[in-house]
Amino acid sequence: MEYQGKELFRELDIPTTPRGEIATTVAEAENSAASFGVPVMVKAQVLTGGRGKAGGVKYCNDPDEARARAADILGLDISGHTVEKVLVEPASDLDEEYYLSVLYDRTSKGYKIIACVEGGVEIEEVNRTEPEKVIKEDIDPTVGLDLDRAKDILTRASLPDDVVDDAAQLLVKLYDGFVKSDATLFEVNPLVKTTDGRVIALDSKVSIDSNALFRHPDLAEQAEGGADDPLEAKAKEQGLQYVKLDGDVGVLGNGAGLVMATLDVVNQAGGEPANFLDVGGGADAEKMTQSLSLVLSDSRVRSVLINIFGGITRGDEVARGMLAALENLGDIPQKLVVRLDGTNADEGRKILDDANHPSIVTADTMVAGAETAVGLAADAG
Amino acid sequence: MSILIDENTRVLVQGIGNQGTFHAKRNLDYGTQIIAGVHPKRGGETWAELDRPIYASAIEAVEHEDVNASMILVPAPFAKDAILEAHEAGIELIVCLTEGIPVHDMAQVYNILYPRGDDGVASKKGRPVLIGPNCPGLISPGTSNVGFIPESSTRPGSVGLVSRSGTLTYQLMHELNEAGVGISTCVGIGGDPIIGSDFMDVIPRFAEDPETEAIVFVGEIGGTEEQRVGRWIHENIPDTPVAAYVAGFTAPPGKQMGHAGAIVKEGGDGGETAADKKEALTDLGIAVGMNPSETAQMMIERLR
Repeated sequence: MEYQGKELFRELDIPTTPRGEIATTVAEAENSAASFGVPVMVKAQVLTGGRGKAGGVKYCNDPDEARARAADILGLDISGHTVEKVLVEPASDLDEEYYLSVLYDRTSKGYKIIACVEGGVEIEEVNRTEPEKVIKEDIDPTVGLDLDRAKDILTRASLPDDVVDDAAQLLVKLYDGFVKSDATLFEVNPLVKTTDGRVIALDSKVSIDSNALFRHPDLAEQAEGGADDPLEAKAKEQGLQYVKLDGDVGVLGNGAGLVMATLDVVNQAGGEPANFLDVGGGADAEKMTQSLSLVLSDSRVRSVLINIFGGITRGDEVARGMLAALENLGDIPQKLVVRLDGTNADEGRKILDDANHPSIVTADTMVAGAETAVGLAADAG
Repeated sequence: MSILIDENTRVLVQGIGNQGTFHAKRNLDYGTQIIAGVHPKRGGETWAELDRPIYASAIEAVEHEDVNASMILVPAPFAKDAILEAHEAGIELIVCLTEGIPVHDMAQVYNILYPRGDDGVASKKGRPVLIGPNCPGLISPGTSNVGFIPESSTRPGSVGLVSRSGTLTYQLMHELNEAGVGISTCVGIGGDPIIGSDFMDVIPRFAEDPETEAIVFVGEIGGTEEQRVGRWIHENIPDTPVAAYVAGFTAPPGKQMGHAGAIVKEGGDGGETAADKKEALTDLGIAVGMNPSETAQMMIERLR
């Protein structure tokens, strides 16, 4: 969120707004405004854009006004995100607004700097209507960015001459900080010139590469692919790849591609998948128990399709893990449709057949398994 | 025949912990020439499970052994240095199986392996081939297996298979195998946003391989490489039977579906969804199945 990004900016010596305070109640917002003793901004802290348009960012002259605006903003729904906290910070007097970002670019397999003289608006929109205004510069990670190149980029982006020097210094710090933090995105929208002539980041959007958190445990909350669902957050803690979806057929499999394909066949069989869950390699009793209880804790799930293609993961191990998981979970109303193939699949199927568990239905292929699971979900509904 | 690996591939293994040893042993038992292992603290010892020497670094290994490929299974924090070490040792084929490497590390690795020309575009001519990371490796059935791919679900044949996903690769191989269709080489290129070799680095090799008569490729949501290789196929090998599958028709935008690279960017330039990719490939005359089984069936029909 913005306040975390700005805190990181301050650590990296990137000029930004004076430090504000987080408020989760109207009283806290009022107190913060009173302690600053100057006009403040009250800003919704949510993991989505378009806050201004949604009424989530307000200028307040005094503590009373801060209390009133915080009351409006707390609990507001912004693109499906409920505002639970606001940032109260001393307001800056703005003269002009620009746009600046550094991101990792998949196509060039390097970094990209985007600069634009229009700020405070959606950059995608500017890019659609006036693409010539948006300067996109490829940066070779083995070369990096120096001050001269930064000045050149910002000059080409038509930033005013009296701003370019300060903005270029900020850009170099932004780039260095982006690399140092293992970020995939550092966005400043808007970058502003204040009425007293300073160039600062008025807003921040930071996304950290989740694979690099071993180097930055303190930045975990700003990692990309943020879990905005409580089940997703729980899965993350357990090291499972889980994405919540809207349907009623739970899906569990090994390997991201195979699970995505499983969602596809469930959909093609006329059903709606409830989730994506990749158990990864090796599916022992503990992992199967965690995975199954996660999928089943979604109350909308009416049947579960378990699709395992053994490579390194062995079919017999999965079958035993599944039976142990069912033992741990006790009676469940949902049926589990199981498709096993690959390494030791015959042994695995035999274990399941011998166990003759009332909750388990086996399937020969993933398409047949999907049809069965979708049928069971419909019957249960 | 095959591409990238065959009976003459001589493999060094960087990362000989439990996992590395387990898979190297499997590969050796399959007939792959596994020559030696690398471990920074065990140089001079014998790798008992495989009865092979251990060297302290890839550079030291190539001073004593004739190797032309390296398989890397070191933990993610050390993968960047391992790949660069293999490169410094002059190894031509580097297969990195490691999952979870930071994107900045791979951005460095990629741009060091493939320096940009004056036009800013990286060139791979005369440079080493990097497969992966975050991939299952590759197999040329009957001669060589470097990585995780289960050899039991395939046989030698004439279909070249390339995929971003490990288990989906196995699924496709299995379905083709059930119909008696074998594989020349199967390459798992990996699911990360930065991978050493993409479809465009593999499929032209299949086109040049006299034994590969047909190609199956398996993509997924995210990026637009599938379209790029689709155009190449359309322009260069229009008569070769090609079938494809793109995983993730039901994936919501903005959500990472397991693989770090499998995400449809919100507000991006488009073309990153499975439906976009299927449409683009279909327009280029490439058969795209709605699921792995349908794609396998399409290929089997074409070969009949």
